[in-house]
Amino acid sequence: MAGNADVKDEGLVFHPMDQFIVEPLFGVGPVHWYTVTNVTLWMALSVVALLLIMVVGTSKRALVPSRAQSIGELAYGFVHKMVEDVAGKDAVPYFPYVMTLFMFIVLSNFLGLLPMSFTTTSHIAVTAVMAMVVFLSVTIIGFAKNGVGFLSLFWISSAPLALRPALALIEIISYFVRPVSHSIRLAGNMMAGHAVIKVFAAFAGVALISPLSVVAITAMYALETLVSFIQAYVFAILTCVYLKDALHPHH
Amino acid sequence: MEGDIVQMGAYIGAGLACTGMGGAAVGVGHVVGNFIAGALRNPSAAAGQTATMFIGIAFAEALGIFSFLVALLLMFAV
Repeated sequence: MAGNADVKDEGLVFHPMDQFIVEPLFGVGPVHWYTVTNVTLWMALSVVALLLIMVVGTSKRALVPSRAQSIGELAYGFVHKMVEDVAGKDAVPYFPYVMTLFMFIVLSNFLGLLPMSFTTTSHIAVTAVMAMVVFLSVTIIGFAKNGVGFLSLFWISSAPLALRPALALIEIISYFVRPVSHSIRLAGNMMAGHAVIKVFAAFAGVALISPLSVVAITAMYALETLVSFIQAYVFAILTCVYLKDALHPHH
Repeated sequence: MEGDIVQMGAYIGAGLACTGMGGAAVGVGHVVGNFIAGALRNPSAAAGQTATMFIGIAFAEALGIFSFLVALLLMFAV
């Protein structure tokens, strides 16, 4: 869309956004909802990785854990503590959901860091579905647990009475913006980081600045590894914050 | 000189929308800077507040993401 700049010299000529093209895995043709695409492949691979770490890795329940088992235990303890600290003790029944979200996102992000791989979480379609499910389930949980009292989330009783209608309007807007920011944060971060790496990779074709470009790619890659984890953490922790709002709507 | 002026406007608008990301950068820097300032005064309380810091970062970052969204919409949707 942005047009290929007329790069006339030798070497790598590609568009930084080419890596995000969804294409059928077998053959060519239009992508229908049932078409097996590269997104399907990499999502399936992250599910397989999840199963290997959390199910196969911990199946022996050794007293002295293997590497896979200690990773699984570490992740379990980490997310469990997060749910307890942020959303409260009574949110622990929802821990499996947060754990699944966190593990899927973190593994998708890490698999996306492999060269030539596809980052499924860089697509807004993927993250929007996850964010919408979080939004809907949190809203349903809120109404199921508190009934109409859930609406007191928007009516801040600690504020002066004159301010409350204005605050209620702001709170309602910010409530419905949640799935948007929740999904775009993850997709935007993953997409921007990978695009930046590809932009630097395009400079590597120019002999004069290629050493600088390689150093820049290495630095960006290290940053992206950090961002991959932090964005999964942020997605999970915001799910916990929304859960806390649903369980305790009173400010 | 070809192409239409609407597309030019969309591209300039996309570039201008990116200035909003600077605001998010200031916000995130402010959150983390204040967290570190507080953490150095009372290091024993810092460990329990990292989650709060990340929530603060996420909320500050969300507004920068909206400007990114506007830029993307101007580039690809308008």
